[in-house]
Amino acid sequence: MTVVLFTFYAFAVSTLLGGLMTVISRNPVHSVLWLILSFLSAAGLFVLLGAEFVAMLLMIVYVGAVAVLFLFVVMMLDVDFAELKAEMSKYMPLALLIGVIILMQLALALGVWGFSDGYQGRILAPVGTATNTAALGMLIYDKYLILFQLAGLILLVAMIGAIVLTLRHRVDIKRQSPVAQMMRDPALAMELKDVKPGQGL
Amino acid sequence: MHAISTNYLPIIIFLGLAIALGAILVLAAAIVAVRNPDPEKVSAYECGFNAFDDARMKFDVRFYLVSILFIIFDLEVAFLFPWAVAFKDVSMVGFWSMMVFLAVLTIGFAYEWKKGALEWQ
Repeated sequence: MTVVLFTFYAFAVSTLLGGLMTVISRNPVHSVLWLILSFLSAAGLFVLLGAEFVAMLLMIVYVGAVAVLFLFVVMMLDVDFAELKAEMSKYMPLALLIGVIILMQLALALGVWGFSDGYQGRILAPVGTATNTAALGMLIYDKYLILFQLAGLILLVAMIGAIVLTLRHRVDIKRQSPVAQMMRDPALAMELKDVKPGQGL
Repeated sequence: MHAISTNYLPIIIFLGLAIALGAILVLAAAIVAVRNPDPEKVSAYECGFNAFDDARMKFDVRFYLVSILFIIFDLEVAFLFPWAVAFKDVSMVGFWSMMVFLAVLTIGFAYEWKKGALEWQ
């Protein structure tokens, strides 16, 4: 059990460290890399909780795809570091004010935090003998059918939206047409001419 | 919880060893290696001429489109996993709801194929 405890603290510390460094890193690219560390540690925490499927999903979707998207956004921003630092001091008082307000709200929320009776039985609710992923599979497609179909429609909208917003067809370039290439007839592509010496075509 | 933690123990050990090895190699380079920094040595190298610009520049939004389309299909596959694992026990409703889900995303796939979003240029 001590190994589990040690692993929990290691992952918890690296999650917090990743989150903190994401915020205070000067270089946005480094921020994204710290964010990836944070995601990975959170995946480790999920494994410790017994939620294997969520952990693997966090790795595949967040680390594999979303982090790459963040890196793209950071690269596309074209950040000017000197300008960024000059701007930072200007907005510092406002940022501090917002930070203090959020801190006070958190303190208020945590101050009234309490547990209802018999919570211990509920947080350890049995999932039966089925593994994590199978138990999810029994629920999502049947009981939560509407939500599942809505998720599919949202993905469709995202796909169409991304294409409509970013796809520009350029007309001034040559395109490859595989069908035209395959249907090409070598016999028609070349013509042999018998050129008489000294006359030209 | 106990069963899962014993299942994942080799991965934890592997992770610890990997982190230790990485840290040792980085620290060894910092401690053992000879370092004589020189402006010419540490500056960016571009073959044949002085560097024009730094490496950070805007690039085509097309890369972004490719990765967004990748994420969407990634999520679709993520929904397929629990369905496939619980396939024997999933009810008829569950089976057909997944078929409808796949059909909806196939419509999207046909749309992006027809629009030429999968082609470069």
